[in-house]
Amino acid sequence: MNNLVSPTYQVAGKPRLLNDNTMHYCPGCSHGVVHKLIAEIIEEMGVEDRTIGVNPVGCAVFACNYIDIDWVEAAHGRAPACASALNRMWPDHLVFTYQGDGDLACIGTGETIQALNRGENIAMIFINNAIYGMTGGQMAPTTLLGMKTATCPYGRQADLHGFPLHITDIAATLEGTCYVSRQAVDTVAHIRSAKRALRTAFENALNRRGASFVEIVSTCPSGWKMSPVKANQWMQENMFPYYPLGDLKNDK
Amino acid sequence: MAKMKGTIVVDTERCKGCELCTVACPLDIITMSAAVNHRGYPFAQQSGEGCTGCTSCAIVCPDGCITVYRRKEETQP
Repeated sequence: MNNLVSPTYQVAGKPRLLNDNTMHYCPGCSHGVVHKLIAEIIEEMGVEDRTIGVNPVGCAVFACNYIDIDWVEAAHGRAPACASALNRMWPDHLVFTYQGDGDLACIGTGETIQALNRGENIAMIFINNAIYGMTGGQMAPTTLLGMKTATCPYGRQADLHGFPLHITDIAATLEGTCYVSRQAVDTVAHIRSAKRALRTAFENALNRRGASFVEIVSTCPSGWKMSPVKANQWMQENMFPYYPLGDLKNDK
Repeated sequence: MAKMKGTIVVDTERCKGCELCTVACPLDIITMSAAVNHRGYPFAQQSGEGCTGCTSCAIVCPDGCITVYRRKEETQP
């Protein structure tokens, strides 16, 4: 058994681009899985020396501490504007944004829609966990109707708080986008599918086909006040009917 | 007949005890430790025989703590 544990027989492990810093995310947070997928894809594509990620403000604000590529920290919600500028200055670089629902779908809705509509050659990764995780679990634009959060303790009501925002569906209607997809990272099958979607988005950005948008329906075990395993079950039962998975647009 | 023999090595100090790997393991041979690491989290451990090295646990691990090793072993019929 001892000699089984040798690099010759290693089939899976921490990707090379994911460094040794312990992530600050709560146990079971979907962010970690998506970080791992990004690190794997960039390594497989061999473009780590010409990849620039744009950080959001939110839980993923410290993403730059974990993936060993170049990063730029944008002002709250302005990551797509920042990424547009970066990609126009370095057209041969892979530029992607990594944003949560508070950053992309609330304060940065304008930048998001305008950048997608301009057809900037960037990939946008949208982590949708239906809550503001970093600030303590307040209601987000994507919070489901009836879902309880710190700022809607009796559940979100349409007449008082409005309806959940389907920003991915909006993105699919814009002419500037070439690939729009909604994925999840709760099971092995979904993670493999999400990896294919992210790879497609990155290749589109690198090949200058237009804007790509990948939503990852995620869990926030701390914000939802559930165990990570329960949070995945809750997401499957409540989020997937409202945010169905699959490709919304794929212009080849 | 060839059989896949696998094993996992868990980075116990990096593990946060989220238990997602215990659910993902098709053979249910990953359990949580009674001991805790320096952050106070119980960590994942392989507690049974028969691991085939399917990598499911490593794929779902949010912190990349699990390394999987696998090799094909010839068994007598």
